[in-house]
Amino acid sequence: MASAVEMKGITKTFPGVVANDKIDFILKKGEVHGLLGENGAGKTVLMSILYGLYQADKGQIFVNGNKVEIDCPSTAIKLGIGMVHQNFMLVPSLTVAENIVLGQEPKKHHFWFDVNKAVSGVQALSDRYGLEVDPKAVVYSLPVGVQQRVEVLKALFRGAEILILDEPTSVLIPQEVEGLFSAIRALRQQGKSVIFISHKLKEVCAICDRITVLKRGKVVGTVDRNETNQDELAQMMVGREVFSAFEKEHPAPGKIVLQVEGLRAFNDRKLLALKDVAFGVHEFEILGIAGVEGNGQTELVEVLAGIRKLEAGKICLNGKPIAHLSAHERIEKGLSNVPEDRQKKGLILDFSVSENLILGRHDKPPFAKRWFRLKLEKISDFAEKLIREYSIKTPNRDTLVRNLSGGTQQRVVVAREFSGEPAFIIVSQPTRGLDVGATEYVRKKLLEMRDKGCAVLLISADLDEILALSDRIAVIYEGRIVAVRECSKTNELELGLLMTGGKNE
Amino acid sequence: MNEEVRMSQKVGQMFGKIGSKLMTLLQGAMPQLVAVFGAFLVGAIVLLATGHSPIEAYGAMLTGAFGDVFGIGQTFTQATPIIFTALAFLFAFKCGLFNIGAEGQLLFGGFTAALVGISFNGLPVFIHLPLALLAGAAGGALWGFIPAVLKAKLGAHEVITTMMFSYVALYLTSYMVNYPLKAPGWVPQTVFVAPSAELPSILPPTQLSASFILALIIAGITAYLLKRTTIGYEVRAIGLNPAAAESGGINIKRGVILALVISGAMAGLGGAGEVLGVHRRFIDGFSPGYGWDGLAVALIGGLNPLGAVLAAILFGTLRSGGMAMNRVTGVPLDIIFVLQALVVLFVAAPRLIRYLLKKGGFKW
Repeated sequence: MASAVEMKGITKTFPGVVANDKIDFILKKGEVHGLLGENGAGKTVLMSILYGLYQADKGQIFVNGNKVEIDCPSTAIKLGIGMVHQNFMLVPSLTVAENIVLGQEPKKHHFWFDVNKAVSGVQALSDRYGLEVDPKAVVYSLPVGVQQRVEVLKALFRGAEILILDEPTSVLIPQEVEGLFSAIRALRQQGKSVIFISHKLKEVCAICDRITVLKRGKVVGTVDRNETNQDELAQMMVGREVFSAFEKEHPAPGKIVLQVEGLRAFNDRKLLALKDVAFGVHEFEILGIAGVEGNGQTELVEVLAGIRKLEAGKICLNGKPIAHLSAHERIEKGLSNVPEDRQKKGLILDFSVSENLILGRHDKPPFAKRWFRLKLEKISDFAEKLIREYSIKTPNRDTLVRNLSGGTQQRVVVAREFSGEPAFIIVSQPTRGLDVGATEYVRKKLLEMRDKGCAVLLISADLDEILALSDRIAVIYEGRIVAVRECSKTNELELGLLMTGGKNE
Repeated sequence: MNEEVRMSQKVGQMFGKIGSKLMTLLQGAMPQLVAVFGAFLVGAIVLLATGHSPIEAYGAMLTGAFGDVFGIGQTFTQATPIIFTALAFLFAFKCGLFNIGAEGQLLFGGFTAALVGISFNGLPVFIHLPLALLAGAAGGALWGFIPAVLKAKLGAHEVITTMMFSYVALYLTSYMVNYPLKAPGWVPQTVFVAPSAELPSILPPTQLSASFILALIIAGITAYLLKRTTIGYEVRAIGLNPAAAESGGINIKRGVILALVISGAMAGLGGAGEVLGVHRRFIDGFSPGYGWDGLAVALIGGLNPLGAVLAAILFGTLRSGGMAMNRVTGVPLDIIFVLQALVVLFVAAPRLIRYLLKKGGFKW
């Protein structure tokens, strides 16, 4: 089979982060190719390069065997490449047909928009690929699954032979997923090539012919669907990485610090994301939460931090219930949180380093007097101290955090969250997107905190990280804790199996 | 001897520090300065095209605005309410809120101040005046509070609600001074406030009142609030990244309400200043659109309190100088609005300015 797309040695760096590192990728004609990896592994960046949204720093792209330069999406479209983004690019108040022909409208007398021709053209396209839509329906009134079909048709209308679907199932309810899959199969039958980006193993296994796994911007490997299984893919996706091993001592855990029982919470789409979650974290202990992303981890963190509504359940910190407290009061009680997305939730990018370092404690002594006046000198001294202690590489304390590299930004968050003598720390994806040096630094600091007596909840999609740092490991799958293991008594294989729902106790 | 050298060095260092601070300030204000300059340049072309001499016209404007005590008084009197409304817009904007209802907050604040001003007689000045000012601030704050609560509790967008509340304030106060509180005569206005509630004039015999001093104080307080207090810290955090602010334990709803209340209070105080300092009574619809001018002035001032004061004085200069220009040279008053619009246009086009500066060889 000839290749539809060949990408060779693609490298793309952003300040402080290598998003794609010498990636080779081949899409064969007429196949459905899964691009698998955790968030931040570099899937979307790679596909954005193919679609012309980004330009690679290094590397070559061949389409149908010809070397091409793709400098913008319209070039990609001319080459027969279409992309369906995670967030749809539709005009809600226009009809399906109008959306599909937008920019290439059929005309009457070279001037008037020919509505009838647009409708019949869209109807024909829809029939041909078995993608059922009503061309006259107004887009905002349609369910998400149908809107996605409109996006696919839009790409096909522009002559796409190669379709990139970016996390297409993340917006769908389960019933809609099956519809999408049959549409993809129909496209394959018509000879189209499809790239299916996802971090969900089950779906990739269900629909793809071949699968390429990315991790930290590198290709882990490309495998045939028939020659692999979910466990192997899980391991490729989250496992095996060379970091210097830490001295593994498990200090004796002390008294229980955080205890939760029967946690229930909804996600943003109002579906139950946490189903009776219960666990405890002790002093001198890191409890790792292992799981493929999207199994309730984000909701768990937000419920604990007090920024998502808890439907039912108990949360106790040092024996006292805190479920009724605000996020602010929980911080006062010694809860600390390193969020998964540092730029969106951890930092205020247009605040200076010192302003970011006091976030959460800005209204209390020594930084504020009577909850009103900021004591700038105290804040400066504090910032200088943390910049030294945590080796934050910044020109000075007044530099905007926006201008720092990814690794340095994470140091700011870690410095802030670890310096307040917290009793309990939540750490989510602490090393995502960081280079080796920054990763080791963050991991070392985390162990230091534990050795000081902190209770730590570590949430990571990276199984190596979980195994390297945790004292105990809880596996979360579809909103439930399906198993808890002593770190020394488990291994990747077992965890991988549990994470994919392969084995239930 | 040594002592002297060291002293002079110290003084030199101090001046150096002040100088470098001034330089950074000037550099930051470059786009605004260029915008003003560009507006006057284009204005000159318009003047030429309509058969007037720009030099004569601008000269008359400057002499009118600053040439004598009346001009100066008029200039700062015109600038005063706009300083208040610009600060009001700016403060809410720092919290990510678009308070376009400063007009209504100013009117309602002016009305409540007038109520207190006319209701009491025989109170000592040091009680009555602060009370009336406070009432003005409270009236404006209330007019900010209602949209804020609607936003925090129901998610109603503040652009719609603050604008609608401006109309409510306009017609409510209009009704009050047309019917229940109408002074004898045919003009819809209240009676004069008690002398004990009047803001004193600071440049007799002009209209310039202590309201101008108050405006400067409020500008200082705004800068202090934003930079030096937990309130300002939280307000800015919410404006820049609500998700991170929430993670950091900041109560977003409280912050939004607080920001709009403070914003409204500033505009309300501006209304009180007009009522107690200039008109000495509430006149139906006394604001020719101070609220809207405030929005433009806040943007021209680069969304910083000092800039807002300077930009408001520029507007005041155009207003008072414009009338003189019209008297002396016969240039129609409308050219003033052309100039105002041009300044706003230039400020709103930062990329154009940056391009012009680059072309001009400025280091950016």
